[in-house]
Amino acid sequence: MEHYLSLFIKAVFIENMALAFFLGMCTFIAVSKKIKTAIGLGVAVIVVQVITVPANNLILNYLLKPGALAWLGFEDVDLTFLGLLSYIGVIAAIVQILEMALDKFMPSLYNALGVFLPLITVNCAIMGASLFMVERDYNFSESVVYGLGAGAGWALAIVLLAGIRERLKYSDVPDGLKGLGITFITVGLMSLGFMSFSGVSL
Amino acid sequence: MSETKKVLLGPIFSNNPIALQILGICSALAVTSNLKTTVTMCIALTLVTACSSFFISCVRNHIPSSIRIIVQMTIIASLVIVVDQFLKAYAFQTSKQLSVFVGLIITNCIVMGRAEAYAMKNGPVMSFMDGIGNGLGYSAMLLSLGVIRELLGSGKLFGVTILETIADGGWYMPNGLMLLPPSAFFLIGLIIWGLRAVKKEQVEQDEYKIAPNTTGGSAHSHGQ
Repeated sequence: MEHYLSLFIKAVFIENMALAFFLGMCTFIAVSKKIKTAIGLGVAVIVVQVITVPANNLILNYLLKPGALAWLGFEDVDLTFLGLLSYIGVIAAIVQILEMALDKFMPSLYNALGVFLPLITVNCAIMGASLFMVERDYNFSESVVYGLGAGAGWALAIVLLAGIRERLKYSDVPDGLKGLGITFITVGLMSLGFMSFSGVSL
Repeated sequence: MSETKKVLLGPIFSNNPIALQILGICSALAVTSNLKTTVTMCIALTLVTACSSFFISCVRNHIPSSIRIIVQMTIIASLVIVVDQFLKAYAFQTSKQLSVFVGLIITNCIVMGRAEAYAMKNGPVMSFMDGIGNGLGYSAMLLSLGVIRELLGSGKLFGVTILETIADGGWYMPNGLMLLPPSAFFLIGLIIWGLRAVKKEQVEQDEYKIAPNTTGGSAHSHGQ
C-alpha cells in the first residue's frame, strides 16, 4: 500500500507532467485562461489517464512484449516496434468511446467537458504517461495508480496556472511580454516552485 | 519560386510555430539542455513533418473527411516508428537520453497542425516544402535554446569545452539554473519578448486597460 501511495505522490508532485516534463504544454497554455474551463479539462485528463495507461499496459503485456503472444502459439514474436502505433490508436479509440458513452449516459458531464474531450487525443501528457509506463516497466496495478497520479498532477498544475492568469490580466505587463510571454515566465516560476518537492524522499 | 521561398522561410521568423502559434512546445523545453539531443530532435521532427505532409498530401483526395484524423495519425505514427527504430539502431545513447520524447513527436501539434492546415489543401511538393519550413522554424527556436542552455549551464557546446569552468581550473562559474527545467520557460518567454520587440504587429492586445491617471488623482489619494 505504501508503495502505491509513494508512487502516487511522486507522480503528482515530484514528477509533475506539466511542470517537470513539459508534457501537454500546448493545451496547458491555450486553455488556462479561466479557472472553470481549466477544471473541466483537468477532470477529463484524469479520467482518460486512468483508463488509457492501464489499457496500454495490458496491450503491452499480452500482445506486444517478446513472448507475449505465447498463448496464440507464437513463442518468439516481438511486436514492441508497433508500440507507438497501438498506444495512439488505443488513446484515440478510448477518447472516442468515452465521448459516446458520456453523451448517452451522463449528458451533464458530457456538456461540461464539451470540446475538451476530442482535444485530449493530441495531448502529449496522455501519450507521455503511457510511454513512461512502458519505459519504467510498471505492472498493472502500478499503472492504474500512475495514471491517476499523472492526471491529477497535470490537472492541479493547469488549475493553478488558470488561477494566476485570471489575476494577471489586470496587471500592467510590458508590451512585448503580453499574453504568451508573461505566461511562459509564470509557468517557469511555478515550475521552480514545484522543484522544491524534488527534495522529498519517499 | 517566390511561393516556395515564402513557404520555406516564412515559418522561421515571421510565423514561427513555437513563438507565435504556440505549437509543439512540449519537446522544445525538455530536450534542449544539451545540444546533441537538441540537434537529433530537430532533424527527427523536420523529417517527420516533411514526410508526413508529403504522404498525407498524396492521399488527401482519397481520405473521407470523417476519419481523416485517424488516417493522419496512422501515417505520422508509422513515420515516427521508423525514426525511433533508426535511432535505437544507430544512436542508442542519444535515443536513451531523448527517452519518451521521440515517441511524443506523434502528438507534437506542429506535425498534426501542418497536416490539417496545409497538406490537406495543397499538392505534395509544396506540402513537403511547408513541412521542411515549419521543421526549420521549430529547429531555429530549439537550437537557440540549446546553445544558450548548454553554453551557460555547463560551459560547453556539443560536449566541447568553450568556457573553462572553475571546477576544471578555469574562470567560468557555470549557471546551474540553465540545466534545470524552469530555465527553458524563462528563455522562451524572453525570446518571445525579443521577437515581439522587433515585430510590433505580433504584440497581443490587453483584455483590460488600466485607466489613465486623471489630473490631480495622486493629490487626491494623498488627502485620504
